[in-house]
Amino acid sequence: MITLVEAPQSSEPPATRTRTRERSAAWKRRAPLLPALLFTIAVTQVPFLVTVFYSFQSWNMVRPGSQHFVGFDNYVDVFTDSVFLQALGNTVTLTVVCVFVAMLLGLGLALLLDRKFLGRGIVRTLLITPFLILPAAGALLWKTTMFDPSYGLLNWAFGIEVEWLSDYPLAAVMAQIVWQWTPFMMLLILAGLQAQSREVLEAAQVDGAGRWRTFVSITLPQLSRYLQLAVLLGAIYIVNSFDAIYLMTQGGPGTASTNLPYYIYQRAFEGFDVGQSSAMGVVVVAMTLIVATFALRLMFRAFDVSRGVK
Amino acid sequence: MTARTNRLGRGALTGFTWLVALLFVFPVIWMVVTSFKHEVDAATDPPTFAFTPTLEQFTTILDRGFLPYLANSAFVTVLSTALVLLLGVPAAYALSLAPVKQTSNALGFFLSTKMLPIVAAIIPLYIISQNLGLLDNVWALIVLYAGMNLPLAVWMMRSFFLEVPTEMIEAARVDGAKLPTVLYRVILPVVAPGIAATALICVIFSWTEFFYAVNLTAAQAGTVPVFLVGFITSEGLFWAQLSAAALLASLPVMIVGWIAQNHLVRGLSMGAVK
Repeated sequence: MITLVEAPQSSEPPATRTRTRERSAAWKRRAPLLPALLFTIAVTQVPFLVTVFYSFQSWNMVRPGSQHFVGFDNYVDVFTDSVFLQALGNTVTLTVVCVFVAMLLGLGLALLLDRKFLGRGIVRTLLITPFLILPAAGALLWKTTMFDPSYGLLNWAFGIEVEWLSDYPLAAVMAQIVWQWTPFMMLLILAGLQAQSREVLEAAQVDGAGRWRTFVSITLPQLSRYLQLAVLLGAIYIVNSFDAIYLMTQGGPGTASTNLPYYIYQRAFEGFDVGQSSAMGVVVVAMTLIVATFALRLMFRAFDVSRGVK
Repeated sequence: MTARTNRLGRGALTGFTWLVALLFVFPVIWMVVTSFKHEVDAATDPPTFAFTPTLEQFTTILDRGFLPYLANSAFVTVLSTALVLLLGVPAAYALSLAPVKQTSNALGFFLSTKMLPIVAAIIPLYIISQNLGLLDNVWALIVLYAGMNLPLAVWMMRSFFLEVPTEMIEAARVDGAKLPTVLYRVILPVVAPGIAATALICVIFSWTEFFYAVNLTAAQAGTVPVFLVGFITSEGLFWAQLSAAALLASLPVMIVGWIAQNHLVRGLSMGAVK
């Protein structure tokens, strides 16, 4: 799936005895890694394989004994299910918009913080706080104290009367997620800004480059690695958004704000349809893998993984 | 541009930064304020800014049985983090200072597990937990949270291990130090702050996790996010109580996060950003 950096192979030793010794040495080196590896396989990979198995079964949890093999029927159902397609669309919209908006806001805040001023440490601490609020608590607070049509702060502050959660459910959920994730983007971009060399920036100013010119020609290119990373990591977390939808809109009204995690949850725990929800899970993983193959490459470049591999 | 307008401009920018920060964090400030209100002052139009503070909401929350949820959260968080360190520290060592041949493969594998959507595994996890009698049991969450945080921890701790100067290790070896001594005397002092930071990040993620908690636990093993779900139906009537619960539920993580803020990015980016 990924192009990996191969470690140089050691030349084959002539005698068998040294070979056995080398092999046992190799196992000794591997030993500290194995528990973690086996644990991760057991906890994350095995359940997924079981999901694949379930996806070929027709099985409703409330009807014991209903389990039987149905081949690809569940997959056919999934792709002809209009709610699934809508949830897919919502997931893409939610992920793309939230990542993009949070990144832009994060960039703005990071630029504001990238200078010395009175109370900078306090401002930074304030700005990261939304990220540290329990997401479930954040979602409930936004639903009530911010978005409530009668007593919410938003309608009061703007002097309007909008039913945020029923008229703009997806936008409302996205606003909450953006609020939660902007601090993370800000911290990441701030780290990028502070990794710039001061000399280069000063040299540019001595050469008569204005602020904007310096930002576009020097800062932005240097920042691109951090921006890529921000997009990638933000997407990994935001694509799985569940708390905000579960607590704020329950996917509604109707299915207007249902995303894939929430829809799969509904099919499994409210519809008790093991087969179909498993098939959806497999489809989601397949799509994620396609995106991830591309993303992992980027990631390996950003992480500079070859460092320390001897 | 004169020095004076320059200073004025800088002052304005500082003021603007403060204003933006306060606006951005306002929902949190409002949560804290509301948690000290009587219910009659909590949901009003226009919002009430002057009121007699009360601790009534906090005692109500405790009466509603908040403490067992808090205890579950603490137990799950501490034990899953301990499990992550137990498995993760040796793995990070094997992938940095004594690298095995398939280092990149192993790192890629850990990373790829973070890209698997967790919904894809919830059905088997539910059925397996049911068959093992682990539904609504803290141990199911401990194992799953360790699995969720381990890749992050391995990547992050690896980046800390790579900062140990190899000359130091070689010098100790030349002096005749055995591996345990090198580990304890040379490597540990350098990586200890990094391990602590990793642990704090695992704590944050375990404490705030929602999806597994809601689907696999209920009254017995429920964690604080599960307690908050109880407010979904009583919305509109108990805002002060909700705010108090939200504050109590978030406070431990807020404190940990403030302490670890310099390491947050490193953890979330799996060590990619120093």
